[in-house]
Amino acid sequence: MRFSFTPEQEEFRSSLRRALEARSPAKEVRRLMATEAGFERESWQKLNRELGLTAIHIPEAYGGGGFGQADLAIVLEEMGRGLLCAPFLSTVLASAAILNAGSEEQKRALLPALAAGERTATLAVSEADGRNDADGVTTTATQSGAAWRLEGTKSFVLDGHTADLIVVLARRPGSRGEDGLAFFVVEGDAPGLERRRLKTMDETRKLARLAFASVEAKLLGDAGKAAAALARTMQQAAILLANEMVGGAERLREDALAYAKMRMQFGRSIASFQTTKNKAADMLVDVELAKSAAYYAAAALDEGDAELPALASLAKACAAEACLQTAIHAVQMHGGIGFTWDNDTHLWFKRAKSSEILFGDANQHRELMMQHWKH
Amino acid sequence: MSEPTESSVRAEVRAWLEANWNPEYGLVEWRTKLIDSGWGAPHYPKQWHGRGLPVHFNAIVEEEFARIGAVGVAKAGIRTLAAATILDHGTDLHKEKFLRRILTGEDTWCQLFSEPGSGSDMAGAVTRADRKGNKWVINGQKVWTTSAHKAHWGLLLARANWDVPKHKGLAYFVLDMKQPGVQVHPLKQMNGHASFNQVFFTDAMVEPEMMVCDVGDGWKVATTTLMHERRGADGLRSWATASSRKGRIYQEERAEIASTMEPYKWYPQRAGRVDLVMERARATGKLADPVVRQEIAKLLIMSKAAEWTARRARAAQEQGKPQGPEGSLGKLVSSHVARQAARVHTYLSGADALLSGEDSPLGGVIAEILVSVPATSIAGGTDEIQRNIISERVLKMPKEPSVDTDKPFKDVPRNVAATSS
Repeated sequence: MRFSFTPEQEEFRSSLRRALEARSPAKEVRRLMATEAGFERESWQKLNRELGLTAIHIPEAYGGGGFGQADLAIVLEEMGRGLLCAPFLSTVLASAAILNAGSEEQKRALLPALAAGERTATLAVSEADGRNDADGVTTTATQSGAAWRLEGTKSFVLDGHTADLIVVLARRPGSRGEDGLAFFVVEGDAPGLERRRLKTMDETRKLARLAFASVEAKLLGDAGKAAAALARTMQQAAILLANEMVGGAERLREDALAYAKMRMQFGRSIASFQTTKNKAADMLVDVELAKSAAYYAAAALDEGDAELPALASLAKACAAEACLQTAIHAVQMHGGIGFTWDNDTHLWFKRAKSSEILFGDANQHRELMMQHWKH
Repeated sequence: MSEPTESSVRAEVRAWLEANWNPEYGLVEWRTKLIDSGWGAPHYPKQWHGRGLPVHFNAIVEEEFARIGAVGVAKAGIRTLAAATILDHGTDLHKEKFLRRILTGEDTWCQLFSEPGSGSDMAGAVTRADRKGNKWVINGQKVWTTSAHKAHWGLLLARANWDVPKHKGLAYFVLDMKQPGVQVHPLKQMNGHASFNQVFFTDAMVEPEMMVCDVGDGWKVATTTLMHERRGADGLRSWATASSRKGRIYQEERAEIASTMEPYKWYPQRAGRVDLVMERARATGKLADPVVRQEIAKLLIMSKAAEWTARRARAAQEQGKPQGPEGSLGKLVSSHVARQAARVHTYLSGADALLSGEDSPLGGVIAEILVSVPATSIAGGTDEIQRNIISERVLKMPKEPSVDTDKPFKDVPRNVAATSS
């Protein structure tokens, strides 16, 4: 299924697209992005309940829908297209980390509420330097009796200021590299946790800095052994974000094309000028190639492909370049109006920029891809 | 008679091959039998050497040929395009005279469309066809003609009426290449090869019955040929691998392949040789250079994404879905891949990229890549034309206002040096 979708998936995609078009028009995006939370709990819970979005990839045994990562990727693509303001990617990544690292008992305890959308969650990996790998982790976890205490600061945490539950990556004091890493679960209102929303260029995606001062936490899975779970979780993050990006890129491309067809200059539609047509054709090439890579990687996740680490980085690097380039072209095709606040293009442009960098930029992922392929 | 099914077709062709195949046949002798049976071109009509089967059965027939090692009809070069065009638009006389010798491989064909003055604008052809007495008389020049020096017949697009707009005044002929009015000169390319020809017509003659359709329909017929060319690209590739088996017929086939494929020997280099990149990166030690690694990674990403995009298009086609945009991008994407590959090969070779021939790495292959890649974005429709096709057909963007499609062709400004009018 790496090269096509089933009729059921196509049907799911179109009903999702219809729902998001109705619930998340640009006017609503603008309203929500100006709020402190960046979303509205009640309306998000309603939409999530109706469509079962945060449940999709979670096995039925933990209250989920039992579908695959490719189905989840469809949701991300449509959300990228609709620019939905909701703590979806954050909650999905937290549940992915719990699935990858947690014990059977922990999955049963934590996942049903996330699947049902009763609680939101997020994943806190990066720190002040923005890295997403084991070496960047300095937050420590110390055991005292049955409980663990976290000390340190996480940053660039998606929806970190509002999440009900936070999955935190920390290490045993004195450990280095992949050694001593573990995921922990922290309640959003835990004593000692200070959360501050960061002012972001992309206002539709809220980020927060979380300072942990002896915050009580529950260990997920085995102490010190989260390296593999971290790697898989970050691969999922890269692939899901790549799919979100191609959804956004296609929207940018379509809107710019529709505008060019409508805009008259020199007595004719600007879409009749070859310079515009050439740009539009190049945009289509960029977006379709990035789609192919994003879809292929999502299917590889479901099929347990041995090349997954390389494919995840490939998809992320490809989508990052394509989405940003499409956004740049889209502003340019709009001309002056494309640079105004009132025109919607900048909303997707900023999302493209934010996604380009989040979880590692194209340069980093190209290098990772080469290393994973043993080149 | 019952409808053919995959299994009935397979059983029938298998039985026929088992009863008739013998590798000691001569190539023409075997192909004659094949043509008489209809299994050589099963999608052709029954009265014209085929079996009238839907074209998708060809894959099954080819599998059975491969299973037993049987040689098929002649398929390479322009000849199959000629056959397809004649089947679509030719008269019974054309079919009678040409189809059999196309399939046996006895006749070689060439395509006389492009001219020095009309490359992308092929309908702007100025090679003249003038009716004098009971003949058409041809004067002018064609270019980029593969195999013209060997061809017996040419598919010729020429202007027969200058008083009507450009698409309306063209005629399409089958021209006898072996006549005094036709002169063929090789055309040397920037990479040193001469895979194509220039063809000059000086009062070359065509019998009136060798015109395909009427004057004015030439463009329509040429479009048919080009459509078959785009569809048929894969056939050439699969056919180009010669069998190393023993037997008279294989020996004759190897000679035929060597001769037909000779003009295409640099084509792998034209596509950039992505397959050589990692081997070269290790051999040169440049794999450790972080800047070069980035450029290699960009190439690999582009090349993989291009391959997967083509497979998405094929999957949609196999599932009978309407063609999506992904199906129209391959030609343009292959130019991007080739250019990035040439860039990477240059980084990897360093100063050695200054050299050519046996002084260049890999016995000249690297140099040949660097000077062959520019062909990719020109041959078979330039990148600019591809972008116009994508924007107009896929994205439904309007055409540029035309200055030449409505006025008589004689009044259209054109390249003066091309030919006299």
